[in-house]
Amino acid sequence: MTGARMSTLASLRGRIERIEAGADTHALHKVALGHAEADATLCGGLARAAVHEVFAEGHQGAAATGFIAGLAGRVTSRRPLVWVRQDFSEIESGALSMSGLAELGLDPRLLVTVRAADADAALRTAADALACDALGAVVLEVWGEPRQLDLVASRKLTLAAQASGVTALLLRLAATPQPSTAETRWIVRAAHSPPSAPWHAWGAPVFDAELVRNRHGPVGRWIMEWKCDECLFSEPAANPQPVAATPAHRPHQAAAATTLRRAG
Amino acid sequence: MGGRAGERGKPHTPPSPPPLSLTLESELRSSRPRKGGGNDTEPSASSADTPTVVVAKQNNALQIYALDDLAARSGLEIGLPLANARAICPELTVFDADPVADAKTLGDIADWCDRFTPLVALDPPHGLYLDITGCAHLFGGERALLQTLCGALTRRGFVVSADIAGTSVCARTMTRHASGKIIADGEEADAVGPLPVSALGADSAITSGLRRAGLKTIGDVAARARHEITARFGAGFTTLLEHALGQGDAPISPRKPLPDYIVEKRFPEPVATDTVIAMNLSALAGMLVSAMDKQGKGARRLEASFFRTDGAVRTITVDTGRPVTKPVVIDRLFRERLDALNDPLDPGFGFDLIRLSASRTEIVVQQQRDLDANVHDNDELAALIDRIAARIGGKRVVVHLPQDTHIPERAVLAVSAQHHLAAATEAAWPDRIASEPPLRPLRLFERPEPINVPFASVPDGPPHQFTWRRVTHAVVRVEGPERIAMEWWKQNGEVLTRDYFRIEDAEGLRFWIYRDGLYEGELKSDAEGEPVLPKWFVHGLFA
Repeated sequence: MTGARMSTLASLRGRIERIEAGADTHALHKVALGHAEADATLCGGLARAAVHEVFAEGHQGAAATGFIAGLAGRVTSRRPLVWVRQDFSEIESGALSMSGLAELGLDPRLLVTVRAADADAALRTAADALACDALGAVVLEVWGEPRQLDLVASRKLTLAAQASGVTALLLRLAATPQPSTAETRWIVRAAHSPPSAPWHAWGAPVFDAELVRNRHGPVGRWIMEWKCDECLFSEPAANPQPVAATPAHRPHQAAAATTLRRAG
Repeated sequence: MGGRAGERGKPHTPPSPPPLSLTLESELRSSRPRKGGGNDTEPSASSADTPTVVVAKQNNALQIYALDDLAARSGLEIGLPLANARAICPELTVFDADPVADAKTLGDIADWCDRFTPLVALDPPHGLYLDITGCAHLFGGERALLQTLCGALTRRGFVVSADIAGTSVCARTMTRHASGKIIADGEEADAVGPLPVSALGADSAITSGLRRAGLKTIGDVAARARHEITARFGAGFTTLLEHALGQGDAPISPRKPLPDYIVEKRFPEPVATDTVIAMNLSALAGMLVSAMDKQGKGARRLEASFFRTDGAVRTITVDTGRPVTKPVVIDRLFRERLDALNDPLDPGFGFDLIRLSASRTEIVVQQQRDLDANVHDNDELAALIDRIAARIGGKRVVVHLPQDTHIPERAVLAVSAQHHLAAATEAAWPDRIASEPPLRPLRLFERPEPINVPFASVPDGPPHQFTWRRVTHAVVRVEGPERIAMEWWKQNGEVLTRDYFRIEDAEGLRFWIYRDGLYEGELKSDAEGEPVLPKWFVHGLFA
């Protein structure tokens, strides 16, 4: 290859990079998920003001919901969350339960649910909500593969998210991944609880999350555990339930420590 | 033209201004079979020379319910059996009565009459009352209003009889015998005096009783002492008579409550294009807001009425979560609503009147802006909820309130976000128990789905495997039971206690299943003495 062609290619690449950087003014704002490897792969975490897709098979709906609720919990940071869902999705995989959401460590007070009749209304509502910069995130839950949700619709959502700085999270149940303008795309399955004695009950939610698309980096597959108390993802604990709880408060030891320090 | 409606009182007749009442008789043509289309204004199909009647089944016989002039001239009358009528007049055209269509037509005409006054009351089956107090001057006086109204309805093929009087009963009595009369205050008795007693519209027993007593006209009845009339015909009839004579008045009950603010725009040339309609709507929104602003009010419910030249009226309502005080917001809400209509606004040959009213208003509390943008954020969220609700309906945008109950499906109440946003943001949810895995599932089925459990290891224990939606799941881990007793003090009839288990299957999926009923005590034996097997359900799915 000649030097001239190389330099042309290089200059074109530079231009494309500049165009992309110009479009993503919010792209710098990233939120760490908590899972070290995943964060490293995503160069710091999940990008705000972008579209992220989570795919799952129909019977894995609850796991995918848990995963996307976790993502929403990470990116919203005490701002309202709008959850748009299709009627059919509720019949198939159950309604989002506020008690369950509270158990995951999220705040039901910040959630507004929109019950859209069909994919058309859901898509339209999500686009509307994305334009409102008071929100933390918008979750769009769609069942199956409606033809309205094509590349154009996905591009519109991306532009709306970039303009307002609101993160769009698409929960696609019973759908196979298709080309779109999403920043990241995940396939989520439920994972086993970590191995332990069978009489141990299971612990925190565990996901088998596969990153199948990442616009600005490599992909990967990890087992992630959602820590309900800290509200972040992590590597699965070796022991799902602590053998002995760590003491929260030991006044006599603390007193001893201060005396020592004073003496020293 | 705009401003507040419903101010009572007219300058030139200070003591008791005549609240106009008007009765409209449109018997025959409204009952005719419709010829397609949904217009209330069916053109008068002049069915040439044959007499026409409408019949209805009464007392197991087809009787004449309404008839046209030609039929009346041939000697037919209302109530005559159809067989007799055919004998009198063989070349009769007969239609079946359709009371539902009649009522709808009357409703449509009432909608159309909204252009004259917001206070329109129905007087079924064929009448309408219009309270035109303070409205007549907008149409060039009472006489001109009466002419406009009668002319328009007559052109559409209705037979109209309309009168204006100080009391509604007097006006209705007049319409039974004359049209186009305006009875001044204090002249009611003179006006209705010569009319026959049937004009009062009392039931037929009273009317025939009066006739038998030799009291032919209302004047005759009025001349008798009241106590005689009351003793013979009851107090109700005396009251009716007094109202007809202008002594006291029965209130009319308008179809819609009077809106707090109304602004409207009339067009000499009907408007039909979307842009012009939208432009006028924004202009009206500006006028409405400036009217409300003077009294520190904001609109919670807005109605836009589009009056089509052919008489059809379309009203579109938009609700808001908090009082709206900006024309831009009103404009946008209506744009969303109009965009999302299933049957779009059909201008036909154009609208000649567009009206915007605020039917529910609230005092606006001016809020000091916080330095952090919290208030601003809440405002924006409320505005977004309003917009979505305008598009897809207020019931579809919900927030959640915790309920004080252990029953899982009742623990959370979904309420309209427009009305309960503030309550939901301040609701106190029960704290989760730290370092515990989730105790409640993330997705809950509205109706628990039955599952097939072959056997449980111990009677009250969890299953080893179960079949749900035709897939068999092997149980790997179990936590439970968590026993939830139903609220027997709220329900009547037998309710079963549920034993809930949290279960993980071989694939890692997690379920919340329960057994309906306890073995001891609740699950009885059936008629043959066999024990009743408990039913199992999956109620939710954990993440």
